[in-house]
Amino acid sequence: MSIEVVLVACAVAFALALALGLALGWAASRLTPATGRLVEQIDALLPQTQCGQCLYPGCRPYAAAIANGEADINRCPPGGEATVRALAALLDREAQPLDPQYGASKGAVVAWIDEERCIGCARCLPACPVDAIVGAARYTHTVISAQCTGCELCLPPCPVDCIVLRPAPAASWRASLHRAA
Amino acid sequence: MARNDFPAGLVLDAHKAQALREPVVEVPPPRYVALALDQGSGSEAEPVVPVGASVRLGTIVARPSDPFAAVLHAPVSGRVAAIEVRETAAAGGLGRCMVIENDGGDTRDEALQPCLDYAATPPDELIARLREAGIAGLGGAAFPTATKLATARERDARRLLLNGAECEPWICCDDALMRSSAGDVVLGAKILMHALAAESCVIAIEDDKPEAIAAVGTAARDLGASVTVTAIPAVYPQGAERQLVTTIFGDEVPARGLPADIGVTCQNVSTAAAVARWARTGEPCTSRVVTVTGSGVARPRNVLARIGTPLSALIEAAGGYRGEPLRLITGGNMTGRAAPSDELGLTKAMNCVLAATFADLDARLVAQELPCIRCGDCATVCPAALLPQQLHRAALAGDAAGLLRFGIWDCIDCGCCDFVCPSQIPLAWRFREARRDLRAQEAAAEKAAAARERFERRERRLQDAAAAEQCVLDAVRQQARANAGTPATPPTDRAE
Amino acid sequence: MRFDTSPAPHVIAGYSVPRVMFQVLLALIPAAVVHVAFLGPGLLLQAAAACVTALVCEAGALRWRGRDAAPALRDGSVLVTAVLLAFSLTPLLPWWLTVLGTACAVLLGKHVFGGLGQNPFNPAMVGYAVLLVSFPVEMTRWPVPLDAGAAHGWEDLASLSLACFYGGGNPAAWDGYTGATALDAIRNGLDMRYTMSELLDRHDIAGAFGARGFQWVNLAALAGGIYLLARGIIRWHIPVAVLAGLLVPAFIARALDPGANLGPLVQAFSGATMLAAFFIATDPVSAATSDRGRLWYGAGIGLITWTIRTWGGYPDGFAFAVLLMNLAAPLIDRYTIPRIYGHPRE
Repeated sequence: MSIEVVLVACAVAFALALALGLALGWAASRLTPATGRLVEQIDALLPQTQCGQCLYPGCRPYAAAIANGEADINRCPPGGEATVRALAALLDREAQPLDPQYGASKGAVVAWIDEERCIGCARCLPACPVDAIVGAARYTHTVISAQCTGCELCLPPCPVDCIVLRPAPAASWRASLHRAA
Repeated sequence: MARNDFPAGLVLDAHKAQALREPVVEVPPPRYVALALDQGSGSEAEPVVPVGASVRLGTIVARPSDPFAAVLHAPVSGRVAAIEVRETAAAGGLGRCMVIENDGGDTRDEALQPCLDYAATPPDELIARLREAGIAGLGGAAFPTATKLATARERDARRLLLNGAECEPWICCDDALMRSSAGDVVLGAKILMHALAAESCVIAIEDDKPEAIAAVGTAARDLGASVTVTAIPAVYPQGAERQLVTTIFGDEVPARGLPADIGVTCQNVSTAAAVARWARTGEPCTSRVVTVTGSGVARPRNVLARIGTPLSALIEAAGGYRGEPLRLITGGNMTGRAAPSDELGLTKAMNCVLAATFADLDARLVAQELPCIRCGDCATVCPAALLPQQLHRAALAGDAAGLLRFGIWDCIDCGCCDFVCPSQIPLAWRFREARRDLRAQEAAAEKAAAARERFERRERRLQDAAAAEQCVLDAVRQQARANAGTPATPPTDRAE
Repeated sequence: MRFDTSPAPHVIAGYSVPRVMFQVLLALIPAAVVHVAFLGPGLLLQAAAACVTALVCEAGALRWRGRDAAPALRDGSVLVTAVLLAFSLTPLLPWWLTVLGTACAVLLGKHVFGGLGQNPFNPAMVGYAVLLVSFPVEMTRWPVPLDAGAAHGWEDLASLSLACFYGGGNPAAWDGYTGATALDAIRNGLDMRYTMSELLDRHDIAGAFGARGFQWVNLAALAGGIYLLARGIIRWHIPVAVLAGLLVPAFIARALDPGANLGPLVQAFSGATMLAAFFIATDPVSAATSDRGRLWYGAGIGLITWTIRTWGGYPDGFAFAVLLMNLAAPLIDRYTIPRIYGHPRE
């Protein structure tokens, strides 16, 4: 085994690695799907609570921010760990725990207006991002539970604090998947 | 004589002989009945009599709110004692029940009318009367017969198939019924044929029931009915509706579809007998034959009992408990639900009460789950031609796409894969949970989509409102500028 | 009275992984007996070393992964891996190579991927491939089988096996007792321009229906394989496909050029053919999933083996064939999903 043979072998291997690496890099930049579709895919995984806890005005702006790399994937408390994991799988990234500075995961809740105390000021109506509160000035308001996403945006505007959060009605026999070793 | 070979499935120990040794005995009506408002079809009927009302045998006490539940009648005469949530055999373990105290008189409701002249009754009217009679599938699903017949008429399904297979071990109530009331089975077949405008009917019975085959054959000849009795090999789960249709007729029921889509209507033989009994006597669906068996009862047998009878009364009729029963299973040992107590009331869906002891449960009790070794035995026995090991992997990973691709919704929940798995993985249970979670996921996704739409609509509304406001401001400003250069004139149009 | 509310089904067949593994070991007994009879007791030494190493490695790996070791040791799967590896190795291998190979098989071939049921590669073949590529000389030194007409007897082979096991190397005294396998000798002979019939006439290479010594081992392995089929431990698809993939090209090649090719009978009863077809390729974890997929998988193994035996650098190609088809198994699975009942035929 002379030194020339070894050198030739090394040179060939190096050249191959260089060529393949360049080819992969080109493929990664040219053949990745366009960002536009990516925003939709990310938005489809978000829970659509439209609560703003991620500090973006709604789920779609947050999805756009993730797609542009401005925001991390662990800012959505209503989505919880499941959403973080799904986003990590979609974007081929590491799943991290929820960032506590954006809030904690509370489980599914819906808002409920105590009609005895409601004064009909109508301040909560514009606050709801999905128009789930019905009512008018000087008429008692109520929340349509089926439409309420539990975003909690209606709680601050209420001057008499008559809105509370209750656990969302869930399927009665929900069981968690048992994960075997 | 089967038309097609059943490609998969298992040959299981039948355990039916012991209960068939004794004749069918009638259980005396109990002191009270607990009628579950969900009789097993998954949908609750709404009570139409208040607590305290006096009812007679056959009085309608609950009506369905959707086509998936049947009308419920009082099986005894007496007083409605309560309508409350109690333990039932339904999913979730709890359901609303109506408790009726028996006054001992067994007084019939006068409104009950037989239908002896069924051949002259128009099919639609016949179906409506069957709906009022509360006849539901007595093979285990309690699906309202009238709904099934109406769908069949809509889709012009004229081939009638009566399911006398009874493939699951321990259950033998259909066998006992066919031996003792073969005439009712055939009469029921004739009535159903009339309702469907069907020309012929096949009664499929597994070949391990020669007495039943003979009895039904004789009755068919005596009543001059154009029914064919076909013997099929005793393989589990031959009696599953889709698989039975394929064995007899050769065509496959399309996925997510019904036998009616290929022109077949399938009814259990007990359901047919219930139809006949109603036609003869006017009696609605208020009693059924149940197998009470297992190593945990002293004298296993089939009994005729009123719907709502507490299971403890049924056990008593079978000689009481023997030894230490560990599970009280409503149904057979492959698909039956283990009941939490024996105070549950009998439902239309319960075809068997199995008091299982350690000996009956045996290997199941000591099963230790190991990882899947991909042996493929599960796929060999699956009657739906699925790959359970792939479904299992997808279920463990929470992979919804994988579950759908490998056919989680095509699984008939027969338990064959579970039975043969050498790693003793509880596959059937895992798939049930996977289906539950998929449904919850789909519901959440639907809710999210609705929220997104509402949000977007609200955004548009706010934008439009802001744009409109902007228009007004522009118009006012323009007007103001115009006014500054000309003598004051009253404004002619003001945008509101 | 209240009862337990566990879910259905309430009965199971009671099959278990230990039972499957035990049946496989049982089916290997005829092959082991014949192996020892013709090639000396080296197999027993190798199997002992491999089994001990396998159990130690398995327990160690599980402890390291934070899992309970006892159930895994009881299921017997690692013993099957060890015994199959021992069959693949030459009986004259030094003990430390056996230990190395088994450790690679259990740790690199199984636990790195997650343990039982998770390995994409056949663990025994991973161990074998590592040894073959790293120590080609020691791995190709086989004893001359007792039916090859040599002067030595079984006791000589016994002493040889013991000496080699404890690292006796290859002293000149043992020269006539060791050599290449029949397939290896045939390949060398073809390189030296002998014709196939000349080579097959030599009684130290070929016997009545296969390679010297190995023809009987293969026959015994075939018997064991038929036993497994009869008991339902394995299904026919993989063994039949492997044999078809190997023997059909062999038949065609022999018909076209008998001077340079082995016929199907000799191919079937030399090397590790029957062992691979019935015991190694049928490892369920690394094989394809559906029956149709398994036919493709087995055929691929047979074909690749035939290719390696005819043109490749190694005398017996089963290990590499199995590993290559293990790589292909997920792709095969993707394209051979059976049609579900009620779904349209396309």
